[in-house]
Amino acid sequence: MAPALVWLTALMVVPCALVLALAFFRRGIYGGIDYTFTLENFGLVVDPLYAGIFLKSARIAGTATIIAVVIGYAAAYAISAAPRRLQPVFLFFAVLPFWSNYLIRTYAWIVLLNREGLVTQLLRWLGYTGEPPSMLYTEGAVIAGLVYNYLPFVILACYAPLSRLNPELAEASRDLGASAATTFRRVILPLTVPGIAAGAVFVFVLSIGNFVTPALLGGGRFQMIGNLVYDQFLTANDWPFGAALAMALIAIMLLVLMAQAMFADRAAGRAAEATGGADG
Amino acid sequence: MTATALRYRSLRTSSIALGLALALSLPAAADLVISNWDGYMAPDAMTAFKAETGVAGEVVVHATNEEIMGKLVASGGKGYDVVFVSSPFAEVLNKLGLTEPIDHAKIPNLANLYPEATRLPHDVGNAFSVPYTWGTTGLCYRSDLMKAAPTSWNDLLAPSDELKGKTTMLATDRWLLAAGQLDKGFSVNETDPAKLAEVKDLLISAKKTLLAYDDTTFYSKLVSGEALMVQAWDGWCNYGIAEKPEIKYVIPKEGSDLWVDTMVVMKASQNKDAAFKFINFMLDAKNHAWAAQNIDYKVPNKPAMESLPADFLAKFPNMAMPVADLVKFEQLRDVGEAQRDYAKIVSEIKAAQ
Repeated sequence: MAPALVWLTALMVVPCALVLALAFFRRGIYGGIDYTFTLENFGLVVDPLYAGIFLKSARIAGTATIIAVVIGYAAAYAISAAPRRLQPVFLFFAVLPFWSNYLIRTYAWIVLLNREGLVTQLLRWLGYTGEPPSMLYTEGAVIAGLVYNYLPFVILACYAPLSRLNPELAEASRDLGASAATTFRRVILPLTVPGIAAGAVFVFVLSIGNFVTPALLGGGRFQMIGNLVYDQFLTANDWPFGAALAMALIAIMLLVLMAQAMFADRAAGRAAEATGGADG
Repeated sequence: MTATALRYRSLRTSSIALGLALALSLPAAADLVISNWDGYMAPDAMTAFKAETGVAGEVVVHATNEEIMGKLVASGGKGYDVVFVSSPFAEVLNKLGLTEPIDHAKIPNLANLYPEATRLPHDVGNAFSVPYTWGTTGLCYRSDLMKAAPTSWNDLLAPSDELKGKTTMLATDRWLLAAGQLDKGFSVNETDPAKLAEVKDLLISAKKTLLAYDDTTFYSKLVSGEALMVQAWDGWCNYGIAEKPEIKYVIPKEGSDLWVDTMVVMKASQNKDAAFKFINFMLDAKNHAWAAQNIDYKVPNKPAMESLPADFLAKFPNMAMPVADLVKFEQLRDVGEAQRDYAKIVSEIKAAQ
C-alpha cells in the first residue's frame, strides 16, 4: 500500500496540484507567470466561447462513444460466440493496431480520406467521375479517427462479461419461450451492461481530451478542448488559463468516472442478488 | 584564449562532467548550445565551426518560436547561448532583459548584411539581434489548375467557386490574422478592438471555404492537388515549386508582412565570445549562402545572395526579389498585452462553425 501511495502522490497528486495552483495566477505579458492571485481564469472557462468548445467536445466524444459501443459490442459478441480456441486469435487481431503508434494510425486515415487518397482512387477505379467527395477535415473524419483508435477498449471491456456469461441463462430464457431478441434484451444485455459502461467511459474520457485527432483529421477547423489547452500552453503561452481549462477537463472526466464506478457497484450488487435468487 | 587552452579546458571539464553528462545526457558546460529549427542550418555546421574556431557546440532543435520562448522565459535563458527566433520574439526576449547586447567588434561579418538589414524597425542597429533569413507571406498556387492567377488576399478569403474547399491558411495566430489585416488595409500589428472584430468576421467567413488550417504540409497539399491555393511563407512555397514547377508564388496587391528570423545571444550565456564567433561564422558569405540554397529562404547577406547561381534564382523567382521591395513591407512586431486579444480572436475563429 505504502509504495502505491508514494507513487500516486509523486506522479499524480503533486503534478495535478501544481497545475491547479497555476490556474490561480495571472499570465505575465510575455508568457511566464505573474504571481498575483486571481480567479479570472476560471471566469474565462465559463465564457460562452470556451464553454461552447467544451460542449462541442462533449458532443463529438459522445457521438464517437455511441458508435464505438455499437460496433465494439457487436464485435465482442461475435468473438464470444466463436469457438473457444479461436477467441484468443480474434482478440489478438482486435488489439493488433495498438502495436503501432497512435500518430501513424491517425496518419493512415489521412492517406485514406484525402481528396487524392485511396478512397477517391478506389471510387475512380469503380468508374466514378464526378468531383471527389470531401471526407478529410470534417467532423465525420474526426469521429471516425476517435472510434477507430479507441474501439479495442470497447471490444475488450465487453468481451470480458460476454465470455463469462453462463450460456445456461440464455438457454433457460429460450426454454421459457422468449424470442432471441427478447433473450438478448432482457437477459444478455443487462448482465453485460457493466462492460459496456466501462468501455464507453474509456472512449468518452479519452476522446474528450484528445487533441491529436482533431488537429490531424480536422485540419484545425474543429477545435476540441484538448486543442484549446494545447494552444494555451504551446502557442498563446497563457499557462494559467491553460491550467484552468485542464482542471475543468479533469473535473469532467472525474465526474464521468465516478458515475461509472457508482453504476458498476450497483450493477454488481444487482447481479449478486440475481444469482443469489437463482441459487435459492 | 588560444585554441590549445580551450581544448584543454574542455577536456578537463568533460572528464569531471563526464559522469554527470552521461547520466543526464546534458551538453557539457563548455560546449556552445544553439537552439534552432530542425534543418534550418547546414547539418555539418557545428563540425565546420569547430574546425575553424576550435569551439565545440551542440544544436538542440525547437519546433516553434512559442516552444523555445516557454523554455527561455521559465529558465531565464540559462542553458542556451545562441537562439534562433522570429523577430517579434527576439523583441520580447530583449524586453524581458534576457538578451546580451550584440558586440559588433566581435562580429566583423556583420559588414556582409545589406544596409537595410541593419535598420530593421524591430531592432535598428542590430543592438540585440542579427537577422538570419527574411521574406514575405503570400499566396502559393497551382497555376496549371486555376483559371486565373490570384492577385489579392480577397482571392483567398472569398474564393471563387472553383477554389472553395481547396484553400488552406496558416494556423499560427499572427499570420492568420495578418491575411485579414492586410486585406482590410490595416496594419499587421493593429490592436484597435473594432478593427480586430472586423478582421475576425472576415476570417470566420473565410473559414467556411477552407480545406484546412495548415502550417507544415500546405505545400505537399498543392503538389498532390488536394489544395489549389494556400497562404504560405515564400520559402515554403519554394519547397512546392521544387517538386512541381507549375506551382507559383505571388505577393497580393495589398502587400505582405516582412518576417525576419534572427539570432540572439542569451545574457545568461557563459560562452558569449564563442556565441559571437558562431554568429560571425553563420554570417560568412559561404555559410549564409548555404542557407539560401538549401532552405530556399532569402538571407539578408549581400555577398551570399550575389553568389547564388542564376539557374537557382530562375527556378525560385521570389528569391530574386529586390531588397528595396522587401523592406517596404511592415514587420510583425510584439503587440504586448494585445497578444491575449489576438489569442482569443484566433480561438473564436477556430471554434466558429
